[in-house]
Amino acid sequence: MFTSTFVDALGLLATFDARVGEIVWLSLQVSGGAVLLGTLIGLPLGACLAVGRFPGKQAASILVNGMMGLPSVVVGVVVYLFLSRSGPLGEFGLLYTPSAMVIAQTLLVVPLMAAISRQVIEDVWQRYAEELQVMCFSWWQSVTTLLYDCRHSLMVAVLAGLGRAMSEVGAVMIVGGNIDRSTRVMTTTIALETSKGDLPLAIALGMVLILIILALNALAFFVRRWAMRHYD
Amino acid sequence: MFPIRIRDLRYSPNGHAVLDGIDLELGGEGITLIMGPNGAGKSMLLRVLCGLVEPCGGNIDWGSGARPARGVMMVFQHPMMLRASVLANVALGLKPLRVTASKRRQQALAILDRIGLAHRADDSARQLSGGEQQRLALARAWLTRPRLLLLDEPTASLDPSASAEVERIIREIRTDGTRILMVTHNLGQATRMGDDIVFLSAGKVREHTLTQRFFARPQSVEARLFIQGELPWRMGF
Repeated sequence: MFTSTFVDALGLLATFDARVGEIVWLSLQVSGGAVLLGTLIGLPLGACLAVGRFPGKQAASILVNGMMGLPSVVVGVVVYLFLSRSGPLGEFGLLYTPSAMVIAQTLLVVPLMAAISRQVIEDVWQRYAEELQVMCFSWWQSVTTLLYDCRHSLMVAVLAGLGRAMSEVGAVMIVGGNIDRSTRVMTTTIALETSKGDLPLAIALGMVLILIILALNALAFFVRRWAMRHYD
Repeated sequence: MFPIRIRDLRYSPNGHAVLDGIDLELGGEGITLIMGPNGAGKSMLLRVLCGLVEPCGGNIDWGSGARPARGVMMVFQHPMMLRASVLANVALGLKPLRVTASKRRQQALAILDRIGLAHRADDSARQLSGGEQQRLALARAWLTRPRLLLLDEPTASLDPSASAEVERIIREIRTDGTRILMVTHNLGQATRMGDDIVFLSAGKVREHTLTQRFFARPQSVEARLFIQGELPWRMGF
């Protein structure tokens, strides 16, 4: 049983099963979209927390750190309430669409990416602050300069966000509804197929999920190594 | 901006007087060297002048009133190098001045040519030697055409040939019309570079005089001992 499940799973991958391909592609779109939005929001947010001087900065940093461990089902429920027909954003009809899943995953990855980037940028800011101040850099110019300077280290934040988004199941299940050929992604399919007893598909998707994450980590590792050789 | 008149300037964090009533007047030309033993307040004076530290008391009269928003630049002993090319690091100085990217590049290449680093424009700035990095930092400051340039021991960790190259660039910046105020411990460099010398000890100006006069006839005991290579704090001052 155990061996045959794996053989069947490999068979699904070897024959480039269309159903598997469709699910993988949707997962990449949803998580990719969430990580892209997370990068655009989370990294500048982290940099602002590192560079900015404003009342409540410490509280904001603690809040962002605390939200790293936000349970995905809680985010799912909150997004569900906002997007449901009677919710404040109900008129947009986003519930049970990939867009709703992107929103939920974005909310999950932003605190993680912001917290990591704050830590990375704060260390560099301590070394650069005086010179940037002497050169009359504005607050925002300092933020963009630091984001650029830390770009290779910030890949860790992006990868962490991607890992969180791709492995997440609770929120996308609630706001996406796990609708076949519409909002069914790798994690929700794995959960569903396992409960139905169709283990080969679940295993095949699990393999793809792990392969994608490993490949992206390997890519990031080599890019960082190249960057360190070239720039450090 | 000139003359800059510093009156009774004080800075004493935690009750310890780092600057203890500095009186100084800086005219509009030349290279003034600030010398003195460690802990005399030399670097702190530069930091107060460029606005990094708020003094506890005293007054700086910038000629035309308040400290100008631009026009004062400082080069540190260990300058910041972004993880970027030499060209990008030099052009960085122009970023706050709203200069277009193409003009930034053009001006940065021109200044790199003057400091002899044009051939390394595309290399990583962090892979330059210490002397080359210091030249880059000087170029970055020079590019902004400052009226006053503050240099905090720019050759402290450089070998003689790298120091000579840095000194050549400093002289060129001065010839270009920038007033220079430089901290150094190097007596040889002081005789080569300085028009006048401000000697600080324990946060006070002990002497401000022409370089030749300073070395020929130092007026204060502290300066005499400093020139002789003695450490004033060991001599009970």
